Amino acid sequence: MQKEAEIRDPLILGNKTYHDITVDVARPVEGKANKYWWILFSLSLLLFIWGVLCIAYTIGTGIGAWGLNKTVNWAWDITNFVWWIGIGHAGTLISAVLLLFRQKWRMAINRSAEAMTIFGVVQAGLFPLIHMGRPWLAYWVLPIPNQFGSLWVNFNSPLLWDVFAISTYLSVSVVFWYIGLIPDFAMLRDRMSSTLSPMKKKLYAFLAFGWSGRAKHWQRFEEVSLVLAGLATPLVFSVHSIVSMDFATSVIPGWHTTIFPPYFVLGALFSGFAMVETLLIIMRKVVNLEAYITIKHVEYMNVIILLTGSLVGTAYITELFMAWYSGVEFEQYAFLNRATGPYWWAYAIMMTCNVLTPQLYWFRSIRTSFVATFILSIFVNIGMWFERFVIIVTSLHRDFLPTSWTMFSPTFIDIGIYLGTIGFFFTLFLMYARTFPVIAQAELKTILKSSGSEFKNKK
Amino acid sequence: MFTIDQKAKKFTISLMIIGLIALIYGFISNPHGAWPALLFNTYFYLGISIFAVFFVALQYVAEAGWSIVLKRVPEAVMGALPIFSLIMLFIMIASIMHWNHIYHWLHEGIMDPANEHYDKIIAGKEPYLNATFFIIRTIIYLLGWNYFAKKLRSLSILEDQSVGSKIHSMGISTSAWFMVFFAVTSSMASWDWIMSIDTHWFSTLFGWYVFAEWSAIGFTTIFLFTLYLKRMGYLNHVNENHIHDLGKWIFAFSLVWTYMWFSQFMLIWYANIPEEVAYFTARLEVDNYKFLFWFSMLINFLFPIILLMSRDAKRNNTRLIFVSCVILFGHWLNSYLLVAPGTLNTHGHIGFTEIGIGLGFAGLLIYITLNALTKQPLETKNHPFLDESKNLHT
Repeated sequence: MQKEAEIRDPLILGNKTYHDITVDVARPVEGKANKYWWILFSLSLLLFIWGVLCIAYTIGTGIGAWGLNKTVNWAWDITNFVWWIGIGHAGTLISAVLLLFRQKWRMAINRSAEAMTIFGVVQAGLFPLIHMGRPWLAYWVLPIPNQFGSLWVNFNSPLLWDVFAISTYLSVSVVFWYIGLIPDFAMLRDRMSSTLSPMKKKLYAFLAFGWSGRAKHWQRFEEVSLVLAGLATPLVFSVHSIVSMDFATSVIPGWHTTIFPPYFVLGALFSGFAMVETLLIIMRKVVNLEAYITIKHVEYMNVIILLTGSLVGTAYITELFMAWYSGVEFEQYAFLNRATGPYWWAYAIMMTCNVLTPQLYWFRSIRTSFVATFILSIFVNIGMWFERFVIIVTSLHRDFLPTSWTMFSPTFIDIGIYLGTIGFFFTLFLMYARTFPVIAQAELKTILKSSGSEFKNKK
Repeated sequence: MFTIDQKAKKFTISLMIIGLIALIYGFISNPHGAWPALLFNTYFYLGISIFAVFFVALQYVAEAGWSIVLKRVPEAVMGALPIFSLIMLFIMIASIMHWNHIYHWLHEGIMDPANEHYDKIIAGKEPYLNATFFIIRTIIYLLGWNYFAKKLRSLSILEDQSVGSKIHSMGISTSAWFMVFFAVTSSMASWDWIMSIDTHWFSTLFGWYVFAEWSAIGFTTIFLFTLYLKRMGYLNHVNENHIHDLGKWIFAFSLVWTYMWFSQFMLIWYANIPEEVAYFTARLEVDNYKFLFWFSMLINFLFPIILLMSRDAKRNNTRLIFVSCVILFGHWLNSYLLVAPGTLNTHGHIGFTEIGIGLGFAGLLIYITLNALTKQPLETKNHPFLDESKNLHT
């Protein structure tokens, strides 16, 4: 067994036994939902339905229902798309990269982070689909022979690279998530009574793929996990790099800059960790997992937020500096306009929420406070939405021809679809929290004797 | 305690003599070509030694346990930081004194509208690119890096004699400050020393690209020293698991470097804006550089990804040594390409001066590192994660 230094804080509190972990993780699935769950679920569902109506209206009448115009021909749709894809990234980092780094603290949060990834990518995927105008022809983005109706796809376009990157990402994430779930589904199967809930038992038995917990099963499980982590790690980089190339391959000042790929990846991790915190700080309370999702987990995530936020900040400053240093007047104007033009307020929100407020995490008292973390995580979510809005809209709204300079204002349909995806996301997450084992309990049990509070005290 | 054996001593001293001969030969036969050779070699070895400081700091802030048994190695590598800092400072002073022509923007009259050499774009950069501010910045970077290196080394020595985790927490906060300082200064230093050679050109990614290169060669160097000590019968607690972990870092950062290389190249190639693409045409349309340009990228990428992918490969010392040598050579070539086209135009070539100075600096780095290793016991004590490191299992 691995040695663990005494100065490391325990990752499982409250002197839990193996059986306690099983019971705690199974409880939300086996029990009834409380009042808060129903309130949150109803609200999310309403928002979701509202979003569906707005989407239906868009498809029925066309993209003209949005606030786009000839100059700003890309706005909230792509902002929301990038925002949701970015949020997904933390899940992949936690499940894949932290697995390769053998970080034990990932075990309490990886399941939910991966769920968040998948639900986030689902929201992101909606936007290109709606934007097509005729979503029933969506298969035209696939490279299929001409007799199926489309012309051969344009391989030079980063938008097509996106199709490949994101579908690969979604499939690897789903498989990775599912493989991890198998032993935990088996745990639920074994606990279900065949007389009281035969349907549920059958369902979980089907989902568990006949897992028996044999040594051979575990050996294969670990091998597959490592291989999938190896596959998913490059995806952490590639997906958001390719998203950034949607902009950076162009010649639009403010879009074409070489730092975009790594800077988008860092921004994505930054926003993703913030969303993990927003979700888990609520979830640990609602389904009583305080002993597993501890302040130490939150502190580690806050350190990552501080790191990625500061690096994103240095990227902002680098961009500003290089715009000046380049001597290209279009570049210089694009950034001057971004910071001091009519959208200065969006730039100010972005700078405040992404660069300044995360610096509060230098103080231990703030990064070890659930309340402060929750508030700051919302700040990051807002800031990262505005970052994409700033990049996209401020670079477009004053194009090379001053006669076509204009502003963008969203219609209620734009707002409705965005809120609808938030509703959809929370609907999925809340349903997940009642039907899935939200903590990878089988994996977590492997660290109980090295990182559990009882065993730490005994040493 | 580690002692340098005679063979290693003779070897490093002969390398240094070759370096000295190359330096003298270079400056007598072709001073215009010798300065760039000196600069890119200094960039390469300064990168290795500053990366060692970064490595030590990274272990602190990440609360890493695996590397404690080998932490004397990066500490010794960073012993070479002062000397390479001085050489870099010397080159920069020589540049602003006009002893060389490395930096086009230092050219007489280039920022003076009345002069025939006037260049409007370069003149626009004057608030940043002027001799006074330039040398002040260089001094700040180098002083800061050396300060943190000294501080981290002394904390590590102090920890051996103390109890409790007080020194350890001091190490964490020093490292955190270093990280902040280094995040800003490593980028700026790369703009100043390297990017401003091609004065018109600019790339926002350049700083991170240079950082990735320093990381790749830094991890490789730390690995090679660790393995050398192990083979000489020292570092008994270092086993194949530690070697495996170092192998992972070499693999990972070779790929991070490739990722940065690709991001920078592809975006500029794709957009094809004349101001930006000129940087690559200066490399790709000159016969001296074209081959090296693709060759250095390919070996830096293909050798690690093909030969170090599997678990067994990272536990195979022969394989690791081979790939390490290839990577060091590949990045050395790439460093040459960062400097030569902008300074020597189409006339650059790799000859005795370039290789000789490179070998001489290698001798210097090895000698200083081995010498620093003799100063302190290789076994550390009292580090809170020491037991984790001794019992590492991956």
